[in-house]
Amino acid sequence: MMRLFSASLAAMIMATPALAQDHTQMDHGAHQMPAAQEAEPEVDHSTMDHGAMGHGQPASPPNSLTGPANAADAIWGADAMRPSREALYEEHGDMQIFWFQGDRMEFRARDGEDGYLWDVQGYYGGDIDKFWFKSEGEGSFGEPLESAEVQALYSRAIAPFFDLQAGVRQDLTGPDRTHAVIGIQGLAPYMFEVDAAAFLSNKGGLTARIEAEYDQRLSQRLILQPRAEINLSAQEIPELEIGSGVDNIELGLRLRYEIAREFAPYVGIEQEWKLGGSRDFARLAGEDSSVTNYVVGVRFWF
Amino acid sequence: MIKSNLSLSRRRMIGSLAALSGLAALPMPAWSMGKMGGPVRKGIHELSGAKIDLHIADGRFATGGRSGHAIAVNGTVPGPLIRLKEGEQTILSVHNMLDVDSSVHWHGLLLPFQFDGVPGISFPGIKPGERFDVPLTPRQSGTYWWHSHSGLQEQVGHYGPIIIDPAGPDPVQYDREHIILLSEFTPMHPHAIMKKLKVGEGYFSMQKTSATDDYPLSAEERRMWGRMRMMPTDIADVSAPTYSYLINGHGPEDGLELPFTPGERVRLRIINGSAMTFFNVRLPGLSMTVVQADGQNVQPVEVDELQIGVAETYDVIVTPTEAGAFAIAAESMDRSGMAQASLTSQPGREAAFPALRDPPLLSMVDMGHGSHGGGMDHGSGEAEAAEPMDHGKMDHAAMGHAMPEAAPADAHSGHDMAAMDMSGGMDMRDTALLPASVKTGPGIDMVAMNPQDRTGYPGLGLDDVPHRVLNYRLLKSLEMDHHKRAPDREMELHLTGNMERYMWSFDGRKFSAVGDDPIRFGYDERVRVKLVNDTMMAHPIHLHGMFFELVNGQGHYQPKKHTVIVQPGSSATFDVTTDEPGDWAFHCHLLYHMHAGMMQTVSVAFPGGAA
Repeated sequence: MMRLFSASLAAMIMATPALAQDHTQMDHGAHQMPAAQEAEPEVDHSTMDHGAMGHGQPASPPNSLTGPANAADAIWGADAMRPSREALYEEHGDMQIFWFQGDRMEFRARDGEDGYLWDVQGYYGGDIDKFWFKSEGEGSFGEPLESAEVQALYSRAIAPFFDLQAGVRQDLTGPDRTHAVIGIQGLAPYMFEVDAAAFLSNKGGLTARIEAEYDQRLSQRLILQPRAEINLSAQEIPELEIGSGVDNIELGLRLRYEIAREFAPYVGIEQEWKLGGSRDFARLAGEDSSVTNYVVGVRFWF
Repeated sequence: MIKSNLSLSRRRMIGSLAALSGLAALPMPAWSMGKMGGPVRKGIHELSGAKIDLHIADGRFATGGRSGHAIAVNGTVPGPLIRLKEGEQTILSVHNMLDVDSSVHWHGLLLPFQFDGVPGISFPGIKPGERFDVPLTPRQSGTYWWHSHSGLQEQVGHYGPIIIDPAGPDPVQYDREHIILLSEFTPMHPHAIMKKLKVGEGYFSMQKTSATDDYPLSAEERRMWGRMRMMPTDIADVSAPTYSYLINGHGPEDGLELPFTPGERVRLRIINGSAMTFFNVRLPGLSMTVVQADGQNVQPVEVDELQIGVAETYDVIVTPTEAGAFAIAAESMDRSGMAQASLTSQPGREAAFPALRDPPLLSMVDMGHGSHGGGMDHGSGEAEAAEPMDHGKMDHAAMGHAMPEAAPADAHSGHDMAAMDMSGGMDMRDTALLPASVKTGPGIDMVAMNPQDRTGYPGLGLDDVPHRVLNYRLLKSLEMDHHKRAPDREMELHLTGNMERYMWSFDGRKFSAVGDDPIRFGYDERVRVKLVNDTMMAHPIHLHGMFFELVNGQGHYQPKKHTVIVQPGSSATFDVTTDEPGDWAFHCHLLYHMHAGMMQTVSVAFPGGAA
């Protein structure tokens, strides 16, 4: 069972970049083409040295490849030009962005004590490289925090729609746990927002979490969002009351209204099931293995 | 009440010019004495003479119940009309009264590169409190404009028109003229707009597909767009209601009136000075005779509507024979809003404006899948357009699959099949189709599979209207070009991008990555440049310092332009004689595309190799 899940987890993580149709790692030679394609004689990119040809223009006359590095230096002086040139390059492509999103900030009504949940993320960086942070946690009113974590990740764009993320996760509740994180986040075909990550704890526990969201616009401002989350574990972790295999599944449906794109209150319902060993742990602790939450919250970003 | 002060009739022009030169000699006006934070007046007043002073300062602009920060030049948005005469020297004196650097680029003007006004390429920029003098003896005539090339100042009001009257008789006969300077106003800070474009997918569009829309899309088509992670409504990055569209600084609620007398030939000098908006321009009930494009005279062509890309200009003649009020309607390409003015023979009489038409949608053709069997892109124009091109001399291997017309159809079929196999339908991003000069990576979300020359396309949403619409193949230069040489060489540049990440570039490289590796030309080369648009947006590509001739099938009458729209998933080709030495900016004139990196330096060697 354990091996099975490790394998399927690895397969899932490998498969998702493939879904993103990532050709970046392929050069033309390695591109898998049908035989007919390879037989096409005139498209042999591999034998051509385009790199040496600058912008790919055929046969430039010699005088077009010389000339001053920066013509304006001769008129205004290199010292006068340098700061404006550096600013120009930086402004045209290298802008750094800070973004913070409260994806789910919600009150959860349910049998027993009502609860709350936060799920926030954000980044600072450019188009390709970013520092990404995430935090989520939940609890019931009148009780200690049930679970909470923060993640600090280096995020790198590896495909048009996907980032590869790696870093650390620190748990803030329960037994002290620090995890190494590797995952991918992005937009899958059919516009599914996907976030999948594997966690290896300092106690050797391997777990994974896969989240997917889809925004169905009902109007320009009213949006219905189905959401699914599955947590997996490669082994039983008794001190965390996690069984081996599928730990839990959450399915949610949230209806939000974008008063502004940046601020959207919502209502929704979320169903959570513990499965397998985790379900057994829950039963032993006298807890329900299936919980229905009626949620009210707000999604915002800035 | 006539709000325009540009209602000069030809008969009165001489007198007016004399009066204005007198005005220029008066003591410095109030706006030049200190920092302006006060209300900004709406343009446009005229400046001419041997010395012209422009004062750039902060102000507050208001239209239609919204107001916000603006950068005004000489106290107005747009700034003043600079009126020059071909062959007569003038000094343009630019005073920066902002607390940040500024600049003025003279869009379309031929002049030494060090006065072209692009900080970091042609000069160091104008520091706060400093003055920059540009000596200019116009070598051309026509309608042009000026704007800041610093930061995102162009969005907030730093632009204005230029008219250069010809030294000899004007081949265009007209009794009266009006400038129609199209632009946008928003109180939102341009840096905030840029960030929202970067992080919020489709932040500004209120016309997206939804479960309750009226778009003529089948469920299958909707799934296809979803599978590609793209939106068929992705037409304008920023649109109404964020933008109020302006004519000469007047929003729709300002009721701008431009006068005429029945029977006059009225010359409208239409300038798209907006940051991000293509406009569909028409005057319902009047036909327009296009006589000039990008400041260069063309053989008259009569149309009912035209689409003008950002940074382009068109001069048209309208001849209203009856008294009344005609709507000058400039609808944004995504049809979210309209810039409005009335051409009226009776002061106070406003025209009836047409309603906004239904928003258009992108199609497979805009993804570069060609128009398989469709007549539109295979019109007679292309065959002629290709006439001066010697395919035999071209390096087809380097061009690979991007040569739709020249390559036999079966050369592509294998590739199409391969693409289909790979993703169970089609591959939107077969990077094997790109020449090796293009850097692939996350910054490219699409590769046009079969890009066609679409210079015969009138613009998105105008291919099915029931009246005559301008397209590039209808433009014929007024003068025959006797000196034109066949191109010495050809080059291909790809316009690349990623809508989701809002990355834009040439050949997959942002300007920040290739600033020190310019596109180099020898002096007086004759180069054919093919632009291939591997994105689903139309890009108005602008070359500073030189006119190019658009390869549009008109042989020795190819029109000269400074800006060319490259339609989505398509190509456009121009020939250029590189006889203006120095470093010149070359970029997409959509302001936020340029800012994201869709820019390059074009470096033309000095004659004899001297620096």
